[in-house]
Amino acid sequence: MATAQLSEGEKTFIIHGIMEDVRTDGRSCEEYRQVEVECGVVSNTSGSSRLRLLNTEVIVGVKAEMGDPSPSHPNEGRLEFMVDFSANASPEFEGRGGDDLSVEMSTRFAEVFRTQSVLDLVSLGIIDGQCCWILYVDIVVLECGGNLLDAMSLAVKAALANTRIPKVTVLKDSEGGEDIEVSDDPDGYSTLNIDMVPLFVTLSKIGQRHVVDATLEEECCCSASLVTSVDSSGKFTGVVKKGTSSLSNESLHEMLQATKKVGIQLHHSLNEVLKEVGSNTSGRGFLVG
Amino acid sequence: MAGLELLSDQGFRLDGRRPHELRKIQCKMGVFKQADGSAYIEQGNTKALATVYGPHEVTGSRSKIEHDKVLINCQYSMATFSTGERRSRSKGDRKSQEMQLHLKKTFEAAILTQLYPRSQIDIYVQILQADGGNYSACVNAATLAIIDAGIPMKDFVCASTAGFVSDTPIVDISYLEESQGGPELVVALLPKSDQIVEFQVNSRLHLDNFENVLDMAVKGCKDIHAVLSRAVKENVSELASHMNKT
Repeated sequence: MATAQLSEGEKTFIIHGIMEDVRTDGRSCEEYRQVEVECGVVSNTSGSSRLRLLNTEVIVGVKAEMGDPSPSHPNEGRLEFMVDFSANASPEFEGRGGDDLSVEMSTRFAEVFRTQSVLDLVSLGIIDGQCCWILYVDIVVLECGGNLLDAMSLAVKAALANTRIPKVTVLKDSEGGEDIEVSDDPDGYSTLNIDMVPLFVTLSKIGQRHVVDATLEEECCCSASLVTSVDSSGKFTGVVKKGTSSLSNESLHEMLQATKKVGIQLHHSLNEVLKEVGSNTSGRGFLVG
Repeated sequence: MAGLELLSDQGFRLDGRRPHELRKIQCKMGVFKQADGSAYIEQGNTKALATVYGPHEVTGSRSKIEHDKVLINCQYSMATFSTGERRSRSKGDRKSQEMQLHLKKTFEAAILTQLYPRSQIDIYVQILQADGGNYSACVNAATLAIIDAGIPMKDFVCASTAGFVSDTPIVDISYLEESQGGPELVVALLPKSDQIVEFQVNSRLHLDNFENVLDMAVKGCKDIHAVLSRAVKENVSELASHMNKT
C-alpha cells in the first residue's frame, strides 16, 4: 500500500488523539469520510461507477460477456474480479509494482462473492453447460488515500447496481441445435438484484481503540486490522485479520460488534444514494467540481 | 464491400461531424491532490487521465541518471474495460511499451530538460475509455498535467490525428474510422513555433495527398491548442481568485 512517511512524534500524536476519540480530521472513531459515488461513467461497459472517499478514488467497470460456465456449476454464470493499481495513485505502482497487492485484493473479492446467496448466478446462465454470462468486474485504483478495500467494495456494489445485462432468447434452429439471440432493444435489459451483496468494513486497531475508515497516516500507526464483509442485515460473510500485532478475544468481540453497526449504516446510506443514481448512464465523472 | 460509409454524400461523417471538425473536448486540471500535477481530458468518447510526479530523485536503476538533463519516465495504461472487447492486460504489453516510448520522446522535446539534471519526472497516463485518438488524448492530457505540476515547457504540446477518406482529409478520427483501414496520420505540435515533435503515418497514403492531410492535422492541433490554453487560463484565474479571497 502506498505509505506516508510519519515521524514518531506524529504517530504518537495520532494515537493519543484516538484514545480521546478525536482523529486528526475531527472525526470520531466510527465515522466515515465524505463519500461521493457516481454511476454510468464509462459508456462502453455494461455498468460502471466512480467512488471518491475524500482522497481515495476508485473506478469500477463491469463488462458482461458470454462464455463457458464452470464445470462444477453448469447452470450458473460467474463473476471474475481484477484489481488494477494505476501508477496515477503512486509511483510505486508503476510497471509490476502493484501486482502483489492486486492479486491479494482480487482474491479477497472472488472469495466473498463465491458465497451462494450473494448474487443470483442462476439468472446469469443461458444454456446449461454451454453458455452463460460472465461478468468481468475490473477495479482501477486511481488515488490511494487509505481504506482501499472499503472504497472498492462500495464502488463494486454501485457498479453492479448499474449493470445492464441484455435480454437473451434461446431459439432452436432447424438442426436441433440452439441459437442465441441477443436483444438489440436499448430497453431490453435486465438488472441485477444487489440486496445481498456485502460490503467490506475495515477496522484498524490503533493503540487500544479501533477506528473505521483509516486515512493513509492512520494506517501507518495501525498495528492490526480486521477486514469483515458484512451484508445489509448485519450478517458476516467473511472475516480476515491483517497486520503484525495480535488481538485479544475481548477486543475481537468488540470490533465485530462495531463492524456490524457500521456495516448496516453503510449499506443503508449506499442504498439511499443508489436509488437516485444507480440507473444513470451518463455520469460526468471527473468534470464535476 | 464495407458496410459503413465513412463520409456521406452530404459531407457528414459517421458521428455527424464535418471533415474539419474536432470532437467535443472537455478538460479539467488538478483532479488529484496527491500527485504533483494531474489532468483529465475527454475528446468525444475517448477519456484520458494523466498524472505527473516530479521532478524528484531518480528511482530505479542508477545507471539511468543523466548528468545534464532530467530523466523522463512514462507509463501508458489502458483500463481493461476501456475498449469494446475487454482487454486482459492493462499495461506491459507491446503496444503500451511502444506508446510509452512515443510519449517519452515527445515530452523530451518539449520539457526544458536541462533545468533538472540528475532528476526524474514521471508521467503516467491512464485511458479510461478508448474511442480512437488514444495517443492524442494522452499527449493533451499530459501537457495539462505538466502545466499543473509547474514544470517549465517550451510550449504546449498538442496532438491530433488525421485521415483520408473519399478524397477528403478528415481530422480527429474516431475508433470506427480508424478500424476501416484507411491511412492515419498522428502529429504532435508545438503550436507557437509550428514545430512538429512527433509524426507517424500508418497505412498507405499517396504523396500527392500528403500535404493536405498534414495541413488538416496541424490545423487540428492548433484548434486543440486554443481549447487547452483557455482551460489553463480558467484554472489559473480560479486559483488567483481563491488567493485574493484569503
